[in-house]
Amino acid sequence: MPDLLIELFSEEIPARMQKRAGEDLQKLVTNGLVEAGLTYASAAAFTTPRRLTLTVEGLLAESPTTREERKGPKADAPEKAIEGFLRGAGLTRDQVEERETPKGNVLFAVIEKPGRPAAEIIAEVLAQTVRTFPWPKSMRWGSGALKWVRPLHSILCILSDEAGTEVVPGEVDGIAFTDTTEGHRFMAPGRFSVTSFEDYEKKLKRAHVILNAADRSEAIWHDATNAAFASGLEVVEDKGLLAEVAGLVEWPVVLMGKIGDDFLDLPPEVLQTSMKEHQKFFSVRNPKTGRIERFITVANRETADNGATILAGNEKVLSARLADAKFFWENDLRVAKSDMSVWTQALENVTFHNKLGSQADRINRIAALAKELAPIVGADEAQAEEAARLAKADLSSEMVYEFPELQGLMGRYYIGETEKNTAIAAAAQEHYSPLGPSDDVPTAPVSVAVALADKLDTLTGFWAIDEKPTGSKDPFALRRAALGVIRLLLTAQYSFSLRQVIKNSYYGVVWDIYRIPYMISHFVSGAERNQNFWTSGYSGDVENPSLQMNREVLKGKLDAGNLAWEVDVDLHLDRNYQVSPLLTTEQLAADLLSFFHDRLKVYLRDQGIRHDIIDACIAMPQNDDLTLLVKRAKALSETLATDDGENLIQGFKRANNILTQAEEADGVEYSYGADIKFAEEAEEKALFEALDAAEAKIAPAMEAQDFASAMQAMATLRGPIDAFFEAVQINADNQTVRRNRLNLLSRIRALCLSVADLTKIEG
Amino acid sequence: MSDTVTTPKSFQEIILRLQNYWAAKGCAVLQPYDMEVGAGTFHPATTLRSLGTQPWAAAYVQPSRRPTDGRYGENPNRLQHYYQYQVLIKPSPPDLQDLYLGSLRAIGIDMDLHDIRFVEDDWESPTLGAWGLGWEVWCDGMEVSQFTYFQQVGGHDCHPVSGELTYGLERLAMYILGVDHVMDMPFNDPQTPIALSYGDIFKQTEEEYARWNFDTANTEVLLDHFVEAENECRAILAAEHDDPKTGKRIIMAHPAYDQCIKASHIFNLLDARGVISVTERQAYIGRVRALAKQCADAFVQTRAGGWQPEDAA
Repeated sequence: MPDLLIELFSEEIPARMQKRAGEDLQKLVTNGLVEAGLTYASAAAFTTPRRLTLTVEGLLAESPTTREERKGPKADAPEKAIEGFLRGAGLTRDQVEERETPKGNVLFAVIEKPGRPAAEIIAEVLAQTVRTFPWPKSMRWGSGALKWVRPLHSILCILSDEAGTEVVPGEVDGIAFTDTTEGHRFMAPGRFSVTSFEDYEKKLKRAHVILNAADRSEAIWHDATNAAFASGLEVVEDKGLLAEVAGLVEWPVVLMGKIGDDFLDLPPEVLQTSMKEHQKFFSVRNPKTGRIERFITVANRETADNGATILAGNEKVLSARLADAKFFWENDLRVAKSDMSVWTQALENVTFHNKLGSQADRINRIAALAKELAPIVGADEAQAEEAARLAKADLSSEMVYEFPELQGLMGRYYIGETEKNTAIAAAAQEHYSPLGPSDDVPTAPVSVAVALADKLDTLTGFWAIDEKPTGSKDPFALRRAALGVIRLLLTAQYSFSLRQVIKNSYYGVVWDIYRIPYMISHFVSGAERNQNFWTSGYSGDVENPSLQMNREVLKGKLDAGNLAWEVDVDLHLDRNYQVSPLLTTEQLAADLLSFFHDRLKVYLRDQGIRHDIIDACIAMPQNDDLTLLVKRAKALSETLATDDGENLIQGFKRANNILTQAEEADGVEYSYGADIKFAEEAEEKALFEALDAAEAKIAPAMEAQDFASAMQAMATLRGPIDAFFEAVQINADNQTVRRNRLNLLSRIRALCLSVADLTKIEG
Repeated sequence: MSDTVTTPKSFQEIILRLQNYWAAKGCAVLQPYDMEVGAGTFHPATTLRSLGTQPWAAAYVQPSRRPTDGRYGENPNRLQHYYQYQVLIKPSPPDLQDLYLGSLRAIGIDMDLHDIRFVEDDWESPTLGAWGLGWEVWCDGMEVSQFTYFQQVGGHDCHPVSGELTYGLERLAMYILGVDHVMDMPFNDPQTPIALSYGDIFKQTEEEYARWNFDTANTEVLLDHFVEAENECRAILAAEHDDPKTGKRIIMAHPAYDQCIKASHIFNLLDARGVISVTERQAYIGRVRALAKQCADAFVQTRAGGWQPEDAA
């Protein structure tokens, strides 16, 4: 059982691609081997900045011989048929057998594929893997045609067993397989040969290369925390950075450096971001004060001066970086304290989206929406509106221009330096949340109002211009925005008509689309579409009375439908116009709501609520109040989890089926009140009483939106319904009795459907 | 080996050592292009010569202008006029990384004491319709060079691939010479009778150009120049390939490309004057790129661009 060792040695591989590349190498090679019949015991992949390595242990020395038998035409079949059969099997007439069968003599081909030596298969699989490797971005170099992530220099490929080691004979585009590799670029230049994976790993270590990325991460973290601890400090944990740094070095050497005193008063996030983004430094914090006081850098080598030169250089570079950051911070503070409207005005020149206007347009819409939502979420209207107007002001600040990931947070710092309410400052940071499914949900009312307005405006906007997510494509993160709205609503249990808010948001969006000057958008009705607007003297001036357009007129036209706008596709460069239809207000709201419902299903599925249960609740009125919808779904889910609930569904379905069939057959609807006086059996009478009792409870409970009580009451019907079906024949000979019983079933149906659409429940 | 290399004394010594190093490695040491460009890449010795099949190896200093980076000579490392050192070798040799590291040794960086790293940085020039993969090279955490394997230029796939090295000379020199403000950097040997600092030479011009770039350049005139350059570029390329006077096939790719360079620089000036909105920006970049592509199309039709008379058949 030989072992295989492969190493693809190249110029520096981007850190972010290494892990995936190791996994791909393992998958592609082992799949290829197995497909060719070479099974193995175990495999593992490793990566460093300059190499992808794969070790496969316990490989078959050769693939097994395979034997395939094919039945052909009769021995006396026409020549053409026989020829075809032979060609397909790759054999000649004398190589096939003739066998007697009940149908006469038939030709049989036995195709034997002899096993192949492992080396031959490996050479093919490896060459194929290298040629088709799925790098996110790859390149050519020199005069060659081969593509790799960066120039590929050598390929080590050896098979070893007790008898010894052999280089697998093979090559890819002139790079012949060898048994040699290189160590650390600076600390151990030169090539050396290896005989096995153990030998390889050991020699690499001697040549100052730690093969395993996990070992490098561990060494970095260990040395970093020790260095910090020795000074009474702690390293700020950052797993992403740790993985990246481990991908930048083969021989990590941790060095701790000082941050100039001038910079220690910068916000810790600014220090951290600047050090991480520009320099890949870890931040080192004083646990007593929470201040960032030092940094850890990871060099790729040892030096005679124990890293003194390297550290001095890094400190110098950091000082220059932080001098920039300090300059931004001080300039920004000056603006924030004197007049932040400079920033909001500047956003008029920043495009949010070609078809949706500037950031300033968007902020105006969000402010209007936040004001509308304020009473619902318990925020002060004026505060919510002001918070929305300032929430994105920091996009104009120098710090956020430099570090976009600090948006929101810087807004909070800058607004915090003014006289404004702290709730307004907090909203600047919190309105972006929640970003992911596990991100914290803000609960401060002003933040919630702005967060909801921001997300809803984004959703309606992209819906209006028909940029919805499709399949795996969601470039504007609309699924995330919808989930954010859902989590914001459900966390604090806000109950309101989402449909109405969407509609109002849509009016605002379309009004802006109409006003975007460089789009020269021009709403046209069906009849007008054939005219040439460019010769009919259109002016981009919205106030132009000849256009007879204002918000109210637009609203009316949008509700009525048949609106489209003309878009200058190339922004004036070419007169190339496209007419895009606009959805009516109702269409847009319905479409977007159903997107919310889909996201809600995904969200609730993760909480263990079945999709059919949600469907049963979506089919009910007020389904645009997501909090109410979820309450109903949770109550139904709990009810169905009980024995009574589960069986009630069976009873309901039976009643519904019988009733539907009878209604179809009789051509009538049995909804006329059933009367207890026609009841014959005790179980029948008991069901009447049970229905009366349940109705008396369900109606007021539903009125009070107390779904749990309503459904409990509904579940109590399970016993009486089961007993009824057990004892009573619906299709009685007496037509009066039969009609009465069908009408009784109708009461079951009506009552159950008043709680949720149980016809949607599966099973 | 590193012990034998002394630390340079001045900015110009670093430049001279790079010139000598790359000359010794077989590059043609060219002179700067005599037009205003934003980076060494714009020199036709890089942009055009990276196209086509002819082998090429060139190294040169290129004065570069970025009007928006002007700080009146006050910022320690931002300048509207600065120097890049550029090396372009086609096809990229297999030992290009080692050659590059050798150049760092030559200018006094002791590999045994410093930490040199190749950190992913993909290069793209929207104005040239060009992109490549490579790294920024770090020395002790500081970016000292860009290292790129050109994949596409002017919309053409590069076959063979050129390796491009770009050194930001001021920053690199400041680091080697241990200077904190660019204006304090010795330009010539500080021991000579007339020692000149970088500031002695450029402080005055940085102030003058910053004022002109930001506040006084006549935008009307510049906008006209942009359109003129664009039209001239197109007109040059539209000319017959066969010159009626000499009867020779003369495609004027280089004169046309000069106009493209001009348009690009005028765009940068307009940008610094703040008269280009965000949306217009994209449109202007697109217009320059269109010119660059047409120049590239023309260049590969010339002999220098790899065209052979038999291709005509």
